[in-house]
Amino acid sequence: MSAAFSFNRIVAIGLWVVGGGTALFLIAPILAIIPLSFNAEPFFTYPMPGLSLRWYNEFFSSEVWKLALRNSIIVAVFATLLSTVLGTLAAIGLSQSDCPARATLTAILISPMIVPVVVAAVGIYYAFAAVGLLNSLTGLVLAHTVLGAPFVVVTVTAALSGFDQNLMRAAASLGAGPVEAVLRVMLPLIAPGVASGALFAFVTSFDEVVVALFIAGSEERTLPRQMWSGVRETLSPTIAAVAALLIVFSTLFLATIQWLQGRAELQKTHREE
Amino acid sequence: MAITLSDEVVRNAIDTAALTRRLRGLRRRSRIKALLLVAPLMLFLLSVFVLPIGLLLTRSVDNSDVSLALPNTATALSSWSSEHAPDEPLFAALAADLKASSRERVAEAAKRLNNYESGIRSSLLKTARTIRKAEAPYQPAFVEADPRWATPERWAALKQAMPRLTDFYLLAALDLQRDEMGRITGVAPENAVHLDVLIRTFVVSISVTLSCVLLGYPLAALMARSTGWVANTLLILVLLPFWTSLLVRTSAWVVLLQSRGIVNSALIWLGLLDPTQPLELIYNRAGVLIAMTHILLPFMVLPIYSVMKTIPPVYMRAASSLGAPPSSVFWRVYLPMSMPGVSAGGLLVFILALGYYITPALVGGPRDQMVSYFIAYYANQVTNWGMAAALSAILLVAVLVLYALYNRLIGIDRLRIG
Amino acid sequence: MRTILKVLQSSAVGLVLTMPAFAQDTITVTSWGGAYTKSQEKAFFEPYSKETGVKILQDEWDGSTAKLKGMVETGQVTWDVVDVEPGHALQGCDEGWLDEIDYSEVGGKEAFIDGAAMDCAAATIVFGTIYAYDADKFANGGPTTMADLFDTEKFPGPRALRKAPKTTLEFALIADGVKPSEVYDVLGTPEGVDRAFKKLDTIKKDVKVWWTAGAQPPQLLADGEVVMTTAWNGRIYDAVKNSGKNFKIVWDGQGMDFNLWAQPKGAAHKEAADKFIAYTLNPDVMARQSQYISYGPTLKAAIEKVPAEVLPDLPTAPENAKNAFVVSAEFWADHDEELTERFNKWLAQ
Repeated sequence: MSAAFSFNRIVAIGLWVVGGGTALFLIAPILAIIPLSFNAEPFFTYPMPGLSLRWYNEFFSSEVWKLALRNSIIVAVFATLLSTVLGTLAAIGLSQSDCPARATLTAILISPMIVPVVVAAVGIYYAFAAVGLLNSLTGLVLAHTVLGAPFVVVTVTAALSGFDQNLMRAAASLGAGPVEAVLRVMLPLIAPGVASGALFAFVTSFDEVVVALFIAGSEERTLPRQMWSGVRETLSPTIAAVAALLIVFSTLFLATIQWLQGRAELQKTHREE
Repeated sequence: MAITLSDEVVRNAIDTAALTRRLRGLRRRSRIKALLLVAPLMLFLLSVFVLPIGLLLTRSVDNSDVSLALPNTATALSSWSSEHAPDEPLFAALAADLKASSRERVAEAAKRLNNYESGIRSSLLKTARTIRKAEAPYQPAFVEADPRWATPERWAALKQAMPRLTDFYLLAALDLQRDEMGRITGVAPENAVHLDVLIRTFVVSISVTLSCVLLGYPLAALMARSTGWVANTLLILVLLPFWTSLLVRTSAWVVLLQSRGIVNSALIWLGLLDPTQPLELIYNRAGVLIAMTHILLPFMVLPIYSVMKTIPPVYMRAASSLGAPPSSVFWRVYLPMSMPGVSAGGLLVFILALGYYITPALVGGPRDQMVSYFIAYYANQVTNWGMAAALSAILLVAVLVLYALYNRLIGIDRLRIG
Repeated sequence: MRTILKVLQSSAVGLVLTMPAFAQDTITVTSWGGAYTKSQEKAFFEPYSKETGVKILQDEWDGSTAKLKGMVETGQVTWDVVDVEPGHALQGCDEGWLDEIDYSEVGGKEAFIDGAAMDCAAATIVFGTIYAYDADKFANGGPTTMADLFDTEKFPGPRALRKAPKTTLEFALIADGVKPSEVYDVLGTPEGVDRAFKKLDTIKKDVKVWWTAGAQPPQLLADGEVVMTTAWNGRIYDAVKNSGKNFKIVWDGQGMDFNLWAQPKGAAHKEAADKFIAYTLNPDVMARQSQYISYGPTLKAAIEKVPAEVLPDLPTAPENAKNAFVVSAEFWADHDEELTERFNKWLAQ
């Protein structure tokens, strides 16, 4: 008994050391870059000689960064709208009990998450060149919709797996048309799933760099594309400032997602009661 | 409404055959409804994703650039064999093509031809410059521009380049080529690079997957046995990096790993490192492995964690009470039960790692670049669509095979995110 | 359903509205980034925008032609003005992806120094590709010859070289004993190319970074990532002058070269671009750039307007040009693509 007890303690300590160390490894780089964004010197060396907000100022006053931020937001918003609508419809279709070839259809719809993004980017570049969609925000929106829609399909399918299809029948028997039933019965119940899918689609587009490198021109540059050339060429603390801002963004996103998932759980337990 | 419906049901119940028919009709309608709902996204993906990739892949066997730019030469060469010396009709045909085709077309063809005889690109472009102003007979003008035009070998190379389809690029992607006799041989050592790159891609991906398992498994186990705020904090520590921009995480590593970066400064400050001999952590394989492991780790931790959460602790207690020592409780009960999570995470990490581009490009050296880098390089820097397509085909096949395996073993509908 | 349709409609309208965000009053000028682009910004872009109201959008490139050619081939040209090297100018004329320059507007080709007025591009500066080192790292005296760059026994420490064959191969041959004046005779033969790569083999393991952007070399020296690096002379000058770094330039075996304005065929704002180029090719305007970076002007009339304190730092200063070569436009127009492909394969091996 005491041998087992001490063994368990050793395991527990070992788990804390290795697991805790890994958790630290995950978070440390993200935290480490934030102070550097307040460095007073243009060169990226430690220790910092002084503190300043000049890199944030540079970001907010630079035409190029402002343009990139604006493009990123426009593209992400429209790509999110498109992929949420298309992805939700597809997920509703896939969740019908009579949906034929469901496994194959799902595999194809989700494949953009799996196919190496460089292959997709080169293919899209090649095809868009032929139809004149290069160097346009429209082209970027279409390409980002491809990458974002699978996330919506996955999250909405998951939400629908907990959805009681009898409710649709009940709605129909109460005289609701199919569209009305979806809008007034199904959507409110799966809304957290749709919303987290939309968030995923937004972040996917907002963070996407490879496709943007291929198909966007200088007027369509996005935030990640601008960061890429920054890191590649001159690693100025402006990059650190942008990074710090993006970390704040992602923290907000994470909080929203957690809240949405909490709501989804809550609904599930309500239903089960 | 309700009354008419029930009337209908009553009437139909009498006729079972009609009911079956009606049911079947309803089934068909709901199937069509399901497909109609899937159709918009499916059509969208087919036109913006599947079709473009398909078109790209055809470039891996396409060889029409030369015959399109030099159609007269193609016709003239079809009746010519390399035993004969090149004659004036050949020169006249090529001259006609050089005058008629656009400069871009000729430049494209010249680049293609360089695959068949090195140096032909600049020779053809230089020749084209003089021939555009020359008059018949053309032979002397050609030979004056470059004496190689008088040799049958030059024209044999042209003839070799005329077929519309080629296996040149697919072979080259594996460092192979065809010699003059059409046999498959290895390419010259200074050109042999692709096989190395493919092997490197697999080695890096496997190393990253293994380090993700080694780091991710204990963390997932710790998360699974924690409760309350500890569990929540750990989950946030895993999810925050997951939600943070890839470029933010990669640039963070660039900052950390530099010679005078945070890691080296800390080690020097702790007295563990000689200040004049900083560790080389960036622009090499070590940097790539560290940064990729960091970025892919959440994809490993989350599936393992979700499987571990479903393992009832009572199993382990049962095993212990039956007299199993703690180590065999782990090896024979806990580990096998958590394996589905490990294989799901492992396959996912491996698949994603195979296609990595941004991170190795920013923290790796030239010898750490993986196949995606070369696809981008061929497409974007030297516009060699054939090579880009051939390497894409190889990478895509590898990924799709693994994807099918994943689908078979784990089921794609089990894929959860966030 | 109606709501969904409405959303789709409004988003389509939104997309259409955002498309023509940049009308005629914007041109995109693509240059080499860092201190060089900053100097162009101060000397040309900002004053021009202030005077004419034309907005100048900047982009960066690393001199690899595929992207530029791809734009022209697909007819979607977003770069209106590109800062090119002479090899690009020749190749672009030959292959038809650059427009010819109309010199009648800017005082004719005679107004320029020799070689600066090319058919498809007009030079604005003379620069030198050199190598530089951090003098703090070499207390007992730094390197002085091109051979020293390749001598890791005498001068140990990591290096950075440009990730391109242009000038890198020339430097290797000069370090291997070839006279700068004969470097292209040697490089023009297959044996010469092999010889250059063989020389590069000797320091491959010591080259920590292969840079692609001109802003990287001073950064790499400042970060202590490398102890010496090839660079464009103005970038080192900028780090010394504006950031107080103790960097020293080795002029031995430098490659002198032009940077030129060129216009890709089919550019979206051709007329506005013409006007901008004409504006910069005025002696008074052109001479402004030397206040910000140590590059020499190409208009004869602009040379005398260069501030005296910059003169000794120009690549054309007699002291600096003693053992120099002029980068051959003809050679690189013909061989850039083959050698780039070989160079990249060599790097990956």
